[in-house]
Formats: sequence, structure tokens, C-alpha cells
Amino acid sequence: MNKIQRVMGILFGGALWTATGPAWAEWELNLTEGVTEISREVFDMHMTVMWICFWIGVIVFGAMAISIVKHRKSKGVTPATFHESTFAEILWTIIPFVILISMAFPAAKMLIKMEDTSDAEITIKVTGHQWKWEYEYLDSGVKFISSLHADSREAATPGSGIDPTTVDNYLLEVDNPVVLPTGKKVRFLLTSSDVIHAWWIPAFAIKKDAIPGFINEMWTVVDEEGTYRGQCAELCGRQHGFMPIVVEARSEAEYDEWVTAQLAAAEVAASSADREWAMDELMERGEKVYGTYCAACHQANGNGIAGVFPALNGSPMVLEDIEGHINIILNGKPGTAMQAFAAQLNDADIAAVVTYERNAWENETGEIIQPATVKSMRIQ
Amino acid sequence: MNAQATDAHHDSDHDHHGPAPGLMRWVTTTNHKDIGTLYLWFSLIMFFIGGLMALVIRSELFQPGLQLVDPHFFNQMTTMHALVMIFGVVMPAFVGLANWMLPMMIGAPDMALPRMNNWSFWILPFGFAMMLSTLLMEGGGPAAGWTLYPPLSLQTGDAFPFLIFSIHLLGVSSIMGAINIVATIMNLRAPGMTFMKMPLFVWTWFITAYLLIAVMPVLAGAVTMLLTDKFFGTSFFDAAGGGDPVMFQHIFWFFGHPEVYILILPSFGLVSEIIPTFSRKRLFGYSSMVYATASIAFLSFIVWAHHMFTVGMPLAGEIFFMFTTMLIAVPTGVKVFNWVSTMWRGAMTFETPMLFALGFVVMFTIGGFSGLMLAMTPIDFQYHDTYFVVAHFHYVLVPGAIYGIIGGVYYWLPKWTGNMYSESLGKMHFWLSTIFVNVLFFPMHFVGLAGMPRRIPDYSVQFADFNQIATIGAFGFGFSQILLLVLVVKCIRGGEKATDQVWEGAEGLEWTVSSPAPYHTFSPQPVIK
Repeated sequence: MNKIQRVMGILFGGALWTATGPAWAEWELNLTEGVTEISREVFDMHMTVMWICFWIGVIVFGAMAISIVKHRKSKGVTPATFHESTFAEILWTIIPFVILISMAFPAAKMLIKMEDTSDAEITIKVTGHQWKWEYEYLDSGVKFISSLHADSREAATPGSGIDPTTVDNYLLEVDNPVVLPTGKKVRFLLTSSDVIHAWWIPAFAIKKDAIPGFINEMWTVVDEEGTYRGQCAELCGRQHGFMPIVVEARSEAEYDEWVTAQLAAAEVAASSADREWAMDELMERGEKVYGTYCAACHQANGNGIAGVFPALNGSPMVLEDIEGHINIILNGKPGTAMQAFAAQLNDADIAAVVTYERNAWENETGEIIQPATVKSMRIQ
Repeated sequence: MNAQATDAHHDSDHDHHGPAPGLMRWVTTTNHKDIGTLYLWFSLIMFFIGGLMALVIRSELFQPGLQLVDPHFFNQMTTMHALVMIFGVVMPAFVGLANWMLPMMIGAPDMALPRMNNWSFWILPFGFAMMLSTLLMEGGGPAAGWTLYPPLSLQTGDAFPFLIFSIHLLGVSSIMGAINIVATIMNLRAPGMTFMKMPLFVWTWFITAYLLIAVMPVLAGAVTMLLTDKFFGTSFFDAAGGGDPVMFQHIFWFFGHPEVYILILPSFGLVSEIIPTFSRKRLFGYSSMVYATASIAFLSFIVWAHHMFTVGMPLAGEIFFMFTTMLIAVPTGVKVFNWVSTMWRGAMTFETPMLFALGFVVMFTIGGFSGLMLAMTPIDFQYHDTYFVVAHFHYVLVPGAIYGIIGGVYYWLPKWTGNMYSESLGKMHFWLSTIFVNVLFFPMHFVGLAGMPRRIPDYSVQFADFNQIATIGAFGFGFSQILLLVLVVKCIRGGEKATDQVWEGAEGLEWTVSSPAPYHTFSPQPVIK
């Protein structure tokens, strides 16, 4: 493999690349073998089919090449007059048919195995949002949102001037990775709150769409500990290229530790909603929440995108209507990209972001919104 | 029958008339050759517009990071590039070639429905003006991909109703064009021109026309449902209202897969005309070519869901669509084997049309191989919505469909203009295009397999090298097409006079009329022995 990569690298890039500086990365040419039984089987089948195609190509293009070299007018040949042969035509209908059958049966068998989600030990509900992933471990109750890492987000802002090669795992890093134990069958339940997304980790060879109003299933058993990266694979709007997926596979003991820590952290977050918050605290937290959840549409400067995403900077709702403002964040606006954040954000988060939006940019209302206010509106 | 007889009489009165003078000739024309010319010029202009959009896409993808355009505009470019290339380039070019050549190939005086012919062309510039104008509207043009999947497509701004209406217009135009072609082939064949004597280009277009009539209304239905979902409170595709977003995909691809063959079958026909001529040998297995085309057309209706293997279909559905899709390899293989057998022991020469036809056979087959890989559901999960798919369909569409069209243009250009084109320019055009088209699309296989999703404006740095190569290929390929424009203009202006037969090995009715073909041909009709 390495040798092939080197040869291809030289063939394709060598000459061109010496001029443009160091090559960015390895010349990845092929599918990954992955780290699951299924992914290795997929890889083998991929290679088998590719070689079958390769040899058919050699025969067909070989026959063409012979004709082009030998049966040309400049060699003074007289054209033959044959123009049909029932035998040949039956032959080259039946042979491909047999080859196809020999490929189709193992493929069907493998598919049956891949779609068997029974006897899973852990179930994770994955919800796609524009443009982040929400994970809910149905057995333990761990729940969090995972979105593009701040370093990548900053570098990927148009005109940032940051060289992506200096960012670790550019566009393939998240703030909160999914953690899985190795050796256990994990079932994913996929759905979406807005448009269609697709959840894909190449190393597991699993990909399925997350569709609003539907629940899709798939499963995996990861053999090796490690960090595996993937991306949303279904066009889902402006930030489609910016909602990666990161899975960390850990030993069972480490996984259990992680679950405990997550649950404890959730409890702390929930209790923080009951106290009074200071302006600075809210602004600081609000800016973070805004960056993760709101800036993708309404933009970091609050000006939105004309005709698509409304501006918050100077918006009458933000300046005057507190109740409307909290309400639209909690419940969204049907028929638009503005989704309901009631389930994704806790009271402190929403209070912080509302406070932030009412005091950032040219909005200087001086108003402080407390988590308790949000909590009271939630009940209705 | 009566109407036809009157028409024939009417036409003969005008036999000695040339075209009307001035620009109004092109607006009011009902002549199949004029309309064919209009279609072909329109297609060439759109080819450059769609190509510019592709260059915007490739420029942004030259390096990781966002340098040139906003991601939202990038999505508009991918969406519009596809719509322009499919509905504005390949389909009009096929209709243009059909207009020019079908009547001459079957010995008909003109198309059966000349006024509708005029109308079906003149809808196009208006439809596309409307579609392209959406780029200037608030919220930008459509950015949900040409497949318009809801709910994403319902987030489109002011452009949405204009997009839907322009798709309706293009559909109306295509359906009228198709009806015209069916009517012409059914009714206006010269005496003795039986179905099984028709040239293969006529056959493939005949079958394509039926596909068009069958599926364009389905597309119209699908987009109309989107329109009512957006503006009239229906919820066909909204799960919250009892609808189903996946249903749109089923309906769309029930149109979309036959559409894929609409974009390739006429090119099969073109290549089947060109290869025998320059091999100086009859097409091998004529009748099996006809049956293979018909089988492909039939199968195209029962394979649509292979575009949606990851939507979570039932297992039985996945297996069914995998099997039917793999089956398409059989008739397609027959065609490739027949083309190669036609060359076998011929006396080949390599004028530009032949070069494009040979390029077609090789590179279309490469696209066919990746298609076979994509057909296999368990491994398709890895390929689905990656650059591997982008590489696949560009191989069958660019060095596939478009090479067929360009080959056809070179093949008949002397018949249209009366002059030979410049062979050296033509060969240069072929070799530059072929080198760059592979530099452009072959590396996409690699980045796709390595895990790069399609339709992203920015990517992780490990995909950078191959993306740079692809971008260089894109500019090379794009600029090479200027040669085609130069060559066509030069050929119209003058050049070595073409003989009536033009090519030594050419056979068929179109080569019996003088070059350039007179404004009215075949009245009275010839009789085929």
C-alpha cells in the first residue's frame, strides 16, 4: 500500500508540488480498513469488486488497444464485414450475469448482517441539528451537544487569515466527543430536529441519514481504543461542512468513569439555574453559547444574512420584547431555520444568551435576564 | 393523414424559399435546422456559464480554509452548476442534435410539429433567465442541491417560487421536444425506413423521448408539492404534519434515475453512429444494441432507490434495489462489447469525432465500473455522498454524455456548414480535454475513498493535495473548451469544402444530401430499398 501511495504521489504530485511548498498530508488513496469486523469485511468486498472491474477493464481496453494499433487504415488493412454473432452476444450476456450473481449473494448476506441491530448493549440517540449533533445515552441518561471545535470554527470564518494547517484536526475536531466502550455492541438511533443530516464514521463503515420525524437504526462494535473522526454526509445547509463527528473508543472501565463524571457535571449545571447571576457572568457565558448555537446563522456580529437569517443587532424583538425573545429561543419559529432550543439549552444558557444578545454589539439595553425567568416561561 | 397531406403540399409551395431575412428568422422559424442550431448555440452558451460556476467551486476548493466565497454561495454554485449542466447543456444539446439530424436520418422533410418545436426552444432562454436571476434575489439562489431535498430546500429564500416555476418551464419544453420527436419518428419516416432500419441515434432518441414523457411530469409533481408545502400549508414532506421527507426522495429519484439515462442514451446513439463510420465496418450487433437500449430504459424505472441507500429503507428494499441496479451492468456491458467488436478488424482512422467516441467508450466504462461498485449496498454505505460519487457521475456525464455530444458536433459540422473544420484544432481540443478531464476527476476517486464528503466548501487538510490537482484540471479543461468555440466559428466562416459524404466510411440518408444541407431536405421523401 505504502509503495503504491508513494508511486501515485510521485506520478500525480511530484513535479507540481516541489514548487508550492511542502505537501500537506499523506496521499490517502483508498478506503480505510477501519476498526470493526464489518468495516474490514466492507474493505475486502470493496477490494474484490475493484479488482474484478480492473480485470474486465484490462480485457475490454486491451481489445480496443489491439484494434487501434493493428486494425487501422494506415496499415493498409481491408475491413472485415462481420457484424453479428449470436454466439458471442449470448456469451457476453451470460458471463457478466454470472459474475454479477457471484458478487450479489455475498453482498446480500453482508447487508443482512449489517442491518441486524438486535441485542445491543448500549443505545445512543443521535439528533442532528443545523449544525451540530446531540447525543443522548438512553441507558445512563448522559446527554450533550457536540459541535465544531472553536479553533476550527475561528479558522474557518471567511477572511480569518488563519492557516488551517496550523489547526489540530482542522474541521474534524469537536468540543464534546462521543465516548464508547470497546467490544460492546452499540446501537445508534438517528433522527433530526430540522433538515436531513447523515452520521458517518468511515472507520466503522456505518453511515445513515438522520431524518426529522423518523428514527433510523444502525450499530457497531469497535475493536480498538482510539479516536475516530467523521462528518455529516448529507447536505444540510450553509454549515454542512462544519459539523464533524468524533468518537472516542475507550476501555469499559474508562467509559464507566466518563459516564459518572458526565452525570455529576449535569447535576451541577442544573442547580446553577436556581441562583442569581451577575451581568459579567451572564455575558461571558452568553458569548460562548452564542458562538456555538447562534453565530452560524445570525453571524458573530449579530447582523445575520440579508434575506436568509435575520439580524439580531438592532432587532426590535431583541431591544424591546423580552418575552418574545425568550419564547422564540425556547420554541423556535416553525417553517424557518430557527429551531426550538428548549431541549438543548438549560435555563442558565438561555438566560445568558438572551442577556448577551440584548447587550452585545449596538444593542445596549442594560437588561439582565435571570435563569429563573427562563425557568418560569418553560413551564407554560 | 389528411393534415399530413396538406402539410406536405404546403411545404412544397415554399420549397424555393430560403430562411426569412434578419433576426426575426430565428424568432419565428419553424425549420428544424434553424431550431437545431438555436438549441446547440444555447447549449454551448450555458456550457460556459455552468463551467464558470464549476470554476468558482474548484477555486474555493483549491486550498483548505474559506478564501473566496461564503459557504451559502458555494452551495448556490453547486446547485446551479448541476441544474445548468443537466437542463441547460446536455438536454438542449441532445434536442438540438435531434432537430438537425433526425429528420435527415429518417428521410423526413421536417419535424412533425414545427410550431411546437419553435415554442419548445423559445421557452428555454426565458426559463433559464428566471432560474439564473434567482442568484441576485434576497437570500440568494437555491442552495439545497439540484435534488432539492426537503426540508432543506424549503429554507430557500425569495428564489424558491422562481426556481419551481423555471423547473416547470424546462419540463414543459422537454416534454414538447420529446412529443415532437416521437411524432416525427412514428409518422414521418421515409417509405421503406422500417423501425429496424433506423440509425441507432434515432433509436436511442426514440426511447429517450418516451423516458422524458414518462418522468418529467413526475418531477413537476414533486416540485409542485414542495411549492404547496412552502406556501399553501400542505405537509406532503413535513413529518410534523403527517408527511414524509423521504417520500420526496422516492418521487424525485423515480424521475431522477430515468433522467440519468435521458442524459446518456442519445450519446450511446451518437457513438454508435461514429464508431462504424471511422472503423469502415457496420455496427456490430445492431438489433442487440436496440434491445440493450430498451432494457436499460426499462430497468431505469426500477432502480431509483439506489440513490438513497442510507435513508433507512427496509432490508428487502435495499436488496431489491441492489439486485436491479447490478442488472443494468448486463445491457450496458453488451453495448460496450459491441462497440469494441465494431472496431475489431475494421480499418480505423482517427479523425476528431472518432477520438471523442473512443474517449467516450474508455472513460464512460470507467464511470460504469465505479457505478457497479456504488450499486453494492453494503459497500455503498462508505461511498455514499462522498467525492467517489462525484467522480463517478462526472465520469459518465463529462467524458460520457458531453464527449458523445462533442463527437456528434464534429461528425456533422461539415454537413451543417458545408466546410471541413480544422482537424489540427480538433485534435488539440480532444487531447487537452482528455488529459485535463482525467486530472480533474480521477483524483476525486481518491479523496472520496479517503473520506471527503461531497458538497462541502472547506475540508480537512489531508484532502488538500488531490483537491489542488483537481482544481488545476478544472481550469485546464475549462479553458480547453474555448478551442471548441473558436473551431466552430472558424468552420462556419469558411474552410475546405466538404463533400456530400464527408467521411469515407459514412453511410445513411443524411450523407446523401448536399453539404451544407439545403434549407429544406427530402420533399419528396426518398424511398429506402
